[in-house]
Amino acid sequence: MSDEQKRKTFLYLNRRAPFGTIYALESLEVVLIGAAFEQDVSLAFIDDGVFQLMNNQDATAAGMKTFSKIYRALGDYEVRKLYVEKESMDLRGLTLDDLMPITYEDENEDYAEKPSIIVINKSEMAGLIASQDVILSF
Amino acid sequence: MSTLHTVNKSPYERNSLTSCLDHLTAGDRILLIEDGVLAARKGGAFAQALQDAKGACAIYALGPDLSARGIGQSDLVEGIETVDYGGFVDLAADATRVCAWL
Repeated sequence: MSDEQKRKTFLYLNRRAPFGTIYALESLEVVLIGAAFEQDVSLAFIDDGVFQLMNNQDATAAGMKTFSKIYRALGDYEVRKLYVEKESMDLRGLTLDDLMPITYEDENEDYAEKPSIIVINKSEMAGLIASQDVILSF
Repeated sequence: MSTLHTVNKSPYERNSLTSCLDHLTAGDRILLIEDGVLAARKGGAFAQALQDAKGACAIYALGPDLSARGIGQSDLVEGIETVDYGGFVDLAADATRVCAWL
């Protein structure tokens, strides 16, 4: 079997806010480990998971690591599809401007910077879930 | 082609069940486990939501988790099927993917 045939679609489903529990950080660590295996990786942010992508996070005074910076590096690991649910953002009074400007460089278009965050609605999210080989929930 | 969705939290404490119900595709199956089975009790606030979902998706609850919580067969929302651990394995094996709502 060739490498291409073995490639599977992985969806990391994030539904928890950062810092209150370890889930968000653990998810990010697993994403980075998974990235080494060259699979087709997507991240989904639903419910309080959307808070993981908030801009201007600084956990220094809280005595914790500001791991949100790592999301910005995901593009370098070929993790370029961060799906954020619109209804979850709306409920929390968030817009795209409140989130980190996460981008990746498209090697097919002269390394142009492109946004990794894709806002989709609930039914599109349901379709995304239904299209995956593997779903890992956090 | 279908997804098995597992829900392991009480709907009275977390929104895991609600979020699950919001992201179904027709033909999917839902399995309530651990505190998730609390949703399956007749007369509860989520009975109607489960009834509504049942049209498009079959709903199951794990028997040992129901028994542990004192929920009998006759206490269940109509149409929810009870499975044992072997049935859990069968549901997972039959599904194309499993999606856990934690």
